[in-house]
This record gives sequence, structure tokens and C-alpha cells, in this order.
Amino acid sequence: MLYREAGQFKTNYKADNAIFPILQDRLAIIVYLVVGFTVIPYFGSDFFINSMMIPFLIFTLAAIGLNILVGYTGQISLGTGAFMGVGAYSCYKLVTIFPDTNIILLILLSGGFAAAVGMIFGLPSLRIKGFYLVVTTLAAQFFLEWCFIRIPWLYNYNASGAIEVPRREVMGVIITGAEASATTRYVVVLSIVVVMTWIASNLIHGRIGRSWMMIRDMDIAAELIGVRPLYAKLSAFAVSSFYAGVAGAMMVFLWLGAAEVESFDVNHSFLILFMVIIGGLGSLVGSYLGAAFIWMLPILLRAAPDWFGLDIIAATMEHFNFMIVGGLIIFFLIVEPHGLARIWSLVKQKLRVWPFPY
Amino acid sequence: MDLLYSIFADPFVQMFSLPDFFLQVLWEGFVTGTLYALIALGFALIFKASGVFNFAQGIMVVFAALSLVGLYAAGVPAYLALVLAVGIMAVLAISVERLVLRHMVNQPDIILFMATIGLSYFLIGFGEFIFGGETKSMITTELGLPTGSTVLEPFDGILILQHIDIAAVVIAAILVGSLAFFFSKTRIGRALRAVADDHQAALSVGISLNQIWAIVWFAAGIVALATGIMWGARSDVSFALQIVALKALPVLILGGFTSIPGAIVGGLIIGFGEKLFEVYWGGLLGGGVEGWFAYVIALIFLLFRPQGLFGEKIIERV
Amino acid sequence: MSFDEGYTTADGRTIGKPVMKVDNITLRFGGVTAISDISFDIREGEIRAIIGPNGAGKTSMLNVINGFYHAQEGQITFKGETRSRMRPYMAAKSGISRTFQNVALFTGMSTLDNIMAGRQLKMHKNFLWQMLRYGPAMEEEIEHRRAVEEIIDFLEIEHIRRTPVGQLPYGLQKRVELGRALAAEPSLLLLDEPMAGMNVEEKEDMSRFILDVNDQFGTTITLIEHDMGVVMDIADRVVVLDYGRKIADGVPSEVQKNQAVIDAYLGVPH
Repeated sequence: MLYREAGQFKTNYKADNAIFPILQDRLAIIVYLVVGFTVIPYFGSDFFINSMMIPFLIFTLAAIGLNILVGYTGQISLGTGAFMGVGAYSCYKLVTIFPDTNIILLILLSGGFAAAVGMIFGLPSLRIKGFYLVVTTLAAQFFLEWCFIRIPWLYNYNASGAIEVPRREVMGVIITGAEASATTRYVVVLSIVVVMTWIASNLIHGRIGRSWMMIRDMDIAAELIGVRPLYAKLSAFAVSSFYAGVAGAMMVFLWLGAAEVESFDVNHSFLILFMVIIGGLGSLVGSYLGAAFIWMLPILLRAAPDWFGLDIIAATMEHFNFMIVGGLIIFFLIVEPHGLARIWSLVKQKLRVWPFPY
Repeated sequence: MDLLYSIFADPFVQMFSLPDFFLQVLWEGFVTGTLYALIALGFALIFKASGVFNFAQGIMVVFAALSLVGLYAAGVPAYLALVLAVGIMAVLAISVERLVLRHMVNQPDIILFMATIGLSYFLIGFGEFIFGGETKSMITTELGLPTGSTVLEPFDGILILQHIDIAAVVIAAILVGSLAFFFSKTRIGRALRAVADDHQAALSVGISLNQIWAIVWFAAGIVALATGIMWGARSDVSFALQIVALKALPVLILGGFTSIPGAIVGGLIIGFGEKLFEVYWGGLLGGGVEGWFAYVIALIFLLFRPQGLFGEKIIERV
Repeated sequence: MSFDEGYTTADGRTIGKPVMKVDNITLRFGGVTAISDISFDIREGEIRAIIGPNGAGKTSMLNVINGFYHAQEGQITFKGETRSRMRPYMAAKSGISRTFQNVALFTGMSTLDNIMAGRQLKMHKNFLWQMLRYGPAMEEEIEHRRAVEEIIDFLEIEHIRRTPVGQLPYGLQKRVELGRALAAEPSLLLLDEPMAGMNVEEKEDMSRFILDVNDQFGTTITLIEHDMGVVMDIADRVVVLDYGRKIADGVPSEVQKNQAVIDAYLGVPH
């Protein structure tokens, strides 16, 4: 009854082509944005913002990137962690070389470096298809990890091999470094993620997104229609790695404050892949849902024993964490291989006809 | 000029000027290659029979080894522990078939692959929960595996062959031989190959998919146990082992995902290649190249032969 | 009538000069020769049928024209340009469009998106505009949406615009695939068994669409078809293949009486 679209007729193609044709959806987006930009910073505790919202958003961005590659273009990749690393280390070097440039600009530029590297490692996808591509991206992952250690220039010859974030301001507000407040960093991250989500959505709904999906569904037919696999696949790798790179740079500069190679290891690649799968392949909403699920769930699980007054040691909780996440992955794949996004759209469909059953 | 020399000439000079060391490196490569082949074998088995790439194979290796060691630590005598460990792997195989595979019969391969990733996560947590996360040592002597080493003296130098390594190679050879025999000569082996080819066709001739899958996962479990024992004997049992399992991928690329002899050949190539490259060329790059060398080799290989060494060339039809 | 000149048919359609010539094409896969020294031509504006028993090499022939398979010998001349190897992208660009034997639709996308996909080559607005989905990029989308809607109208598939094609019944899928091929505004339309698996009504509909396409847009059509009734009814000329060789070439009434053709279909050893 609330979610009805009766009476909402489109009278021109432009309106019909809109991404959120239903008025209620548009309102919902506005509500989310308002809550995100005002309610959460105002009411959220530092812990909530720093340990839940900021990493959630950062991983969402990486998940969107990976979703473009895996979900929309059908190219499986286990190199996301390393591409995030490329973004992070590029940003570090850019900050070192250009200490006076706007840090946000540098974060976005470092995405460009990640995109370039991504395209190089994406080249084999023109010859290698399907599952075999995993090897290529794993090669990228392990090789880049090795680079992060063996190229001391990347971490300014720092003895520990770790990179640490210097203090940077934008328009008088401290954004990075130890003194930056959680709220400030959160707002910057949220803004970047919102804008980049919008851009991703635009790309997906247009000519380029269609070419990606064509490659995914039937690359031979796509080629016979005139899609050039080179452009389609490399653009997918480029965009995907760009997103991962920006996410990586944000991870170091706007969340952790410092990083080592382990922050970008193959386990992170898997983590983000899970977010994409659980959330739903080929769905932007799914990237959000998947990131929320995979990131928030362990935190909630760790906190759960306290709520129930049970006394379980942290290590055991960690183990249960793994078991539950693993079990849920299998559960979801059996029940709804299309992920949380599909469940969400089913809910919306029910809402459309509510209170009628069908 | 110097650089060219150090890449193309120096390593070979080193090889020949210290032939006993060269042989040692070759031997190490051989043993590592055999162990890689064992891991790859587990993957190949399941892939051959169900078209699924079982990502959880690595953790199964760890889990199998941990079960064995855990049982022994709980007081069970070594050989009984071995038998019980086999039993545990059987239970695991049946549970996986019943709880996971049965519900995913019609799903595309990529979904099944992801399910095995979920399975591996689960087993990591479960394994750590039951056995604890610290590194343990393998009960090598208690199982009757040989220790100590033989020292040979080729070229007036020294070549040390660890007995456990020799045992690993022998055991691997026996395993491979019996599996190859099993697949080609027995009725169940034929059924396994039928299932690998086409689920529905196999069903239509009366092959029970559930039974076959349980059997295959059990066989993979045995291989995992053997692998776990051998790896554990050489370098202790810890959860880090399952990252090593990822190395099986390049091995399978080279050898073809469904070929048992291919897994061997692939494993040996990777084993030799990795060791030689690390020892003789690794210095140029600052060392530590073992982490990615295998993958890069597989990558280069795929560029020229996308179907692997033993795979079939796929002619795409529209 | 001279070979290179056009002519007018009995019912007033204009058929032009040959727009495609296939010369001495031989195609081998390892030890198997799929096509052996085949030559024929296709005239502008005509409806050309390729027929023959199963395995005769008909689909392979289309695949060669498309550039999907590369013939070991022979060449193809299209719109005056001769090539021995055609790349799929070039074939599409020069105006060749096709449908497939086993419907090759993009199952993850809706009908509308699939047909929009056919417009791919006509969309040029660059990456930057795509990122904003505003201004030129949006205008381009809408312009092409308009063209696509005309095709949807033509094929009478308005009611399934937003349905994911994987959920459509087979007959409708084939229609959507035709729509996708038409969206590219091709000069030469290759149809691989467009009526396979259809009942009489659906075949009549599809025949009507094919004839309308040829009539309204002047598109040259080449189709592979097994239904002799359809072929006799709508084709201007017919090529008959058997075991990779051409055994007949001419108007339907002639081909029908050709003994070699009759033998091939009846399975008489030859």
C-alpha cells in the first residue's frame, strides 16, 4: 500500500530510463543520504563510526569494484587485495612527493595507478577465460605483495616496512593523521563512496555496462554484435581496480592510519569476493549488503556473548565467527545463489502488493 | 652487459661448478614437486568426478593432519589414530555430500566453487575450535615413517637425502598408481568418469550421484590425509598450510584439471622450476620469489595454451 | 538476366546486384573438412535460403561469413571488399547481423536491454559522459531507445519489454533475438534456423516478420531452414549443401526437382 506504483506513469523515454523510476525509491535514497550525512555523525559513537561505518563503506567501495569485474563482466578475480594495496602505496608516494596537494585529489589519483596496474594484469583475460583467470589474478596478488615488500622506495625506505599516514588538512579541517576526528574522516569517506556509487550506477546502466554484461553472458555473441572484448574487458579491469585502489588508499589514510603488506593480502581478496557473492553478483545494492554482512556480522558475533551474559573467550568467538560465516555462505548459496540483493528485491516485490498477498 | 651475464650465464656456471649442490637443489625441487602433486591430486580427483574445484582441499589437508595428531595427543595409539583419522575423513565426505552438494546439483560451477570456499571457512573455524590454532608436530616416528638421512657423495661433494622425503615420494607414487588403476580399471572408477562428464547422462544410466560424490570426497580425504602427514612431517602442521594449497592451482593449470598423470607432471615442473629459479636467479630479484613464481609460470603457460598441458582443446560452437 | 545486374520480381520487389560473394571456401577442423570448395552469391534485397541435411556445413558457412571461423582457403567479398579473413567485429561493423541456432541471447538482461545491445556499434558517446549519464550520453540512450521501441513495436513484443529473457518461452526468445539483430540496421541479415522448434502459427508469424523486414527495410536476408514449405514460400533463391559441398543453386522450383537434392534428403547413398 505504501510502495504502490499505481498512478506513476512515464510519459517519455527519459523518465522511463531513470534508474529509480518509482517515487518511493527516490524518497528512500534521499532518506538514506540524510541519515548517512547527518544522523549518523551526530548520534553515532566514535567506536561505531570508526570500527563499523568507515570500514563498511570502504569495503563496499572495493566490493563495488569487484562486482563490476565479477558480477557484471564475469571475470573472476582474486587480486582485489593487491589492487587496494597499489592504491594505498601510490597514495603514500604521492603524498610524499606532493605534500601540499589536496589529499582527496591524491586519493583519487592513486586510483588511477591501480587502474593502470589492473589493466596490465587484465590483459591475459583476452586469451584466458573462466576459471583459469583466477590464476592470473592470483599471480597479480602474490607478485604485487612481493613488490610491496621488496621495493623499499614504496615505503620510503622505512625500516619496519610499514607506511604511516602524515597529517593532512583540507580547507582547514584535519582529515588524515592521528588528530583527524572519526566524524570528519567518516564524512569524507561517505562523500567519496556516494559519488563513486553514482558513477558506477551510471556506467552500468549505459552502453559500457551493457557491453560488460554482454561479455559475461555470451562473449561470442557479444563479439559478433560488435563488442570488442579488448575494450570491454580492459575497461572492466580498469574501473574495478580504480575502485579498489581508491578503497585501499582510503583504508590507509582515512581509517587505519598505517598499513603493512598484510593489510592487502590474499585473505582480503577472498573477503571482498565473499562480500560480492553474499551480497549478490551483479548488484550495486548487493555490494552494500554484502559488505555490511561480512563486516558487521563478526563484530556483532563478538559482542553477542556479552548481550546474552555468556562467557566465551575471544579466541573461541573468532572460531565461531569463521564457522558461522562459512556456514552462512553455503546456506545462502543453496537457498538464494543470487545473494542478499535478490532477497531484498523479493521483499520489495512483496511490499508492492502489500497488504495483498499477490 | 653485467646484467645479461648474471641472468643468462652465471646461474648455469654456478650449477656446474657446484654439481653436488645442484643435485641437492634438484632433489629439493623433486620432493616439493611431489608434495605439490599430492595436493593437486586431491583437487583433480574431485574436479574429475564432479566438475567442482574444491577450494576446501587445502583446509582438508590441515584438518586431516590435525585429526591425526589430535587423536594421538588424546592418547590413541598411532596406528589406531591413523585408522580413525581415515574414518573422520569419511564422515566429513559424507557430511559434505549430504549437507552441501546434494542441495546444489543444478547450480553452475562457479556457485559450487564458492560453496567450497564457504566450506573451507567453516572448517578453519571448526578445526581451530576443536584442535586449537597453535602449530603442532606430526607424529612421524610413531607412524613408522623413517627419520634420519642418507648421505651420498656424488662428484666428491655432498648430497643429503632425508629419509622422510624419500618416503614421501614413495607414498605419493603408490597413491597415484592406485588411483590411476582405480579410475581406469574398476566399475566405480568408470562411474566416476561418467559423472565428471555429464551429471544428467550419468543419472540416466543409473549411477547414483550421491554415492559417487561421497566416494570421491572420501578418496580426496585420504589423499588429503596422506598429504597432511607428509607435509606435516617436513614442516609441522599449522593453518598456514592451506595457503600453500593455493599452489595447486598452477600445478593443475599445467597438468590439466582432470588428469591424474597431469597433476604429477605439473607438480614436478612447478617444484623443480620454483626451486631452481629461487636458488639461482632469486638473488637478482632480492629473494622470496617462490611466492609468485608458480603463478607467473602458469600465467605464461596459459597465454600459449589456454587448455593446459593435458587438457582438451575446446572448439567453441555457436 | 545478366549476372551483375539487378532485376525486378514478379511481385514488384527490386533485387539488386550481388552484395556478397563467397568464393571457393574450404573450412577444416583438424582432420574434418566441414566445407569444401563452396561458392555462391547473395544479391542485394533478396531472400536467400541455405538448405541441406544435418551436418552439411550450413551453420559453419554462416560462421565463416561472420568471421567467427576462418576458412583455410577461399575468400569472401562483401560490398565490394574482398577478405580472406573476417573478424567478427569487422563483420558487424560492415553491416552483417545474425541470429543463432541455439538462441544466443544475453540471459542476464531484459528484452529491452538485449535489443539495445544490438545498437552497441552505433553508440559512441565517450567514457566521461557515460560516467555522468547526463547530457550527450543520455540523449544518445534516448535516441536509440526510440529506435529500439520501433523494433519492439514491429515484432509485437511490448508486453515482455522488461522481462529477463531467460524466463521467456522459446518462440518469444527467437523473436527477441531477431529484434536484436534488426537493431543494428544490418545490410545483410543471417538467420540460422529461425523457425526451429516452432509450431505452425509461430512459423507463420516469423515468416511474416522476415518478409516484412525484407520489404520495409530492404534488408538482404540469408536463412538456414529445414522447413521446405517455408523455403519454397519465401525464398528467392536457394543453395543446397550436402557433406560440405554445394549440390544445387537456383530458384526454389528448380532446386526442388533436382535429383541430387532429392537423393541427399532421402538419404540415398551418394
